Amino acid sequence: MSSKLQDWLDGPYAKATDRFPERREAFHRSSGEPLAPIYVNGDDDPLPGEYPYTRGIQPTMYRGRLWTMRQYAGQEDAEASNHRYRFLLDQGQTGLSVAFDLPTQIGYDSDAAMAEGEVGKVGVAIDSIEDMRTLFDQIPLDRVTTSMTINATANILLSLYAAVAEEQGVGRDKIGGTVQNDILKEYVARGTYIYPPQPSMRLITDSFDYCTREVPRWNTISISGYHMREAGCTAAQEIGFTLANAIAYVEAALDKGMAFDSFGPRLSFFFACHSNFLEEIGKFRAARRLWASIAKERFGSESQRAQMLRFHTQTGGVTLTAQQPDNNVIRTTLQALAAVLGGTQSLHTNSLDEALGLPSEHAVEIALRTQQVIGYESGVADVIDPLGGSYYVEQTTDALEAEARNYIDQIDALGGAVSAIEQGYQQAEILEASSQFQREVETESEAAREGDRTAGTSGRVIVGVNRFETDEESDVEIVRVDPSVRERQIEKLERLRDSRDASAVSASLDAIQQAASTDENLVPLMLDAVKRSATLGEISDALRSVWGEYQERIVV
Amino acid sequence: MSDTATMIDQIRVLVAKPGLDGHDRGAKIVARALRDAGMEVIYTGIRQTPDMIAEAALQEDVHVVALSVLSGAHLELFPRVVDACRERGITPDNTLFLGGGIIPDEDADSLKESGFSAIFGPGAHTGDIAEFVRAQVPALDRS
Repeated sequence: MSSKLQDWLDGPYAKATDRFPERREAFHRSSGEPLAPIYVNGDDDPLPGEYPYTRGIQPTMYRGRLWTMRQYAGQEDAEASNHRYRFLLDQGQTGLSVAFDLPTQIGYDSDAAMAEGEVGKVGVAIDSIEDMRTLFDQIPLDRVTTSMTINATANILLSLYAAVAEEQGVGRDKIGGTVQNDILKEYVARGTYIYPPQPSMRLITDSFDYCTREVPRWNTISISGYHMREAGCTAAQEIGFTLANAIAYVEAALDKGMAFDSFGPRLSFFFACHSNFLEEIGKFRAARRLWASIAKERFGSESQRAQMLRFHTQTGGVTLTAQQPDNNVIRTTLQALAAVLGGTQSLHTNSLDEALGLPSEHAVEIALRTQQVIGYESGVADVIDPLGGSYYVEQTTDALEAEARNYIDQIDALGGAVSAIEQGYQQAEILEASSQFQREVETESEAAREGDRTAGTSGRVIVGVNRFETDEESDVEIVRVDPSVRERQIEKLERLRDSRDASAVSASLDAIQQAASTDENLVPLMLDAVKRSATLGEISDALRSVWGEYQERIVV
Repeated sequence: MSDTATMIDQIRVLVAKPGLDGHDRGAKIVARALRDAGMEVIYTGIRQTPDMIAEAALQEDVHVVALSVLSGAHLELFPRVVDACRERGITPDNTLFLGGGIIPDEDADSLKESGFSAIFGPGAHTGDIAEFVRAQVPALDRS
C-alpha cells in the first residue's frame, strides 16, 4: 500500500469514521471479500476530503451517508404542497425542496394583474406569513432541511422561513437549508429577475452578511448551472459560466468587507446531469477541482471548507421526451447514476411525465425509488469515486476543467460575469449551443424521413422522437392545477389586509424603502415586515419603487 | 400557389412569451429557425402582457403570432392574447395564431377552438413549423 494512502487512512479517514461511523461496519463484494474505502493507483492520486477534492469532498463520502434525496415539489396553495411534503417525508425522502409559483418568484402577490394565469402553476403560491405557516404545518423545522428555489425574492422567503421556525420554537441558529439566491443566472437563462443587477447583488451580499452572523447553518446561495444547461449550454460552459457567476458573488462580498473564508463555506452549487454518462461524471469532478483552485489561488482561502464545492444535482428536464414517456425513467436513471458517481451531495430525479405536465404522485414515487435503488442496491455508494483512475474519465475531467477555465478567462476579459451578461455574452453562447443541438436533432429527423435506415450516422438520435418512433397514444394522466387557487389566495389576502395592523405594516414597508438607498442590511427589516404580515408583493414593490425593474437584453 | 400567395413577398412573424414564464429556449429556437427559413421575425422577449403582444402584432403588421408558454398558464393566457388582438382588428381570419410549450393534447383542442391553427409541443421539428406557416399564410384574408 502506498504510504500516502496509509497516511490518509490513519489520518482524515480514521478521524471521520471515529466521529461518524460508516453506514455499515464493512462493505463487501458478492463473494464476501471486504472492500477498501477507496482504490488508488500510485502515490499521485489526490484523496477524498483533500485539496483539490477531485475525488470527493468528504473522506467517507456515501459510505458515511448517502446523498440527500431531495425532490423538488410544490403546487397550488400552501395546504396542497404541505400535503405533498408530508407524503414525500413519509416515503423516506430526507430533505424538502420547495417550488414556488412564478408570481412568488417575481415579487407579485396572487391578486396582482401580472399574476393572472400563473398562480399556483409551477409551484406553491406564497403571499404572506399565513401561507408559510400552512406550508410547514407539522413539519419540524429543526429536523428537516429545506431548499427553496427562490432568487429575486430570496431574502423575503428566508425571512418568512425564519419567522415560522421561530413560531415553532426553533431559533434562527438551528434552521438548516438553502435559498437559491442566484440572480445572475436568472438574467442569463431563467428569467425570474426583478431589479437591475447592482441592487440585486446587494440583496445577495446582505444575505451573506446576515446569515454568516445569524443563521450559521443556512446555505446562502446555490450557484446554479442547471438552468443555463437547460437553456442549451454545453457541459464545459455549465461549469465555466457557473463558476464565473460564483466569482462575481465572491467579489461583491469582498467589496463589502467580508472575508472569503467567513462566507465561503456557505456557498453551494447546483448542476444539471444529462445523459452523456461519462462526460457528466468528469464534469462534476472538474467543477470541484476548478473551484478549489479558484478559492485557494484567486481568493487566498485557507479554509478547507471554503474550498469545497458542495453541490445539488437535478437530472436534465430538457432531456425528457413527451414521446414514449416511459423511456424517461431510463434516462433519469442514467443521469442520477452519473450524478452519484460524480459525488453529488443531494439529488432530484425528474419524473417520467414532466415533458407533458406536472408530475403525478405515482411518477414522483418512481423517481424517488430510482435514487433508492442506486443508493441501496447498486453498490456504487460502497466505494469512493469508483471511476477515479479510469483513463477516459480522468482525461474528460482534465479537458472539461481546461475548457471551463477558458470560459472564465473570457468572462474576466469582458469585465466579469455581470458585465458579460449586460453585453449578452453568455446568452449568445447558449443560443449558439442550443441551435447547434437542434440542428443535430433535425439532421437526424431528416435522415430518418429520407429513408436512411441506420440511426445516428449524421445527426443526434433522440429515442422515440426522431428514431424508433411508435404511433401509440400515451396514457399518462395529466395533473391539473385547480383553477380556483387564485380566487382562494385573493380571499386570504383580503382577510389578511383587513385584520392586520395597517400602520405597523406601512411603517415596516417605509423602513425598507428608506434603507434601499442606504447600505443598511435589508434582511432584519424584511423579517420585521413579514412578522407584521406585510405581503411578499408589498415588500417587493417597496424596493421596485427605489430600484426600478430590469429590462431584458434580447439576444436572438 | 394562389394569387393571394404571390402578393406576400415576405412573411412576418411575431414570436412572443406571454405571462411570467422565462423558459425561452423554444421561443428563440423557433424565432431563429423561421428567420433562417427566410421570414422576418420579431421576438418580444419574456413577460409580455396580452396587450403588449397585441400592440406589437399591430405595429409590425405580422402574418403570424406565435406564442410560447411552459408554465401551464396557456389556457388562461393564449385566448387572452387572441382577445387583445381582436380588439385591434387582428383575427384568426387575417392572422395565423400558433402556440407552443408543455401543452396537453386536450388543451390543444380547446385552444384550436379559441383561434389557434396549430400547437407545437416538445419534439416538434422547426422545418415542419416553417412549412406549416408557408402553407397557411397564403390562405389568410389580408384584404
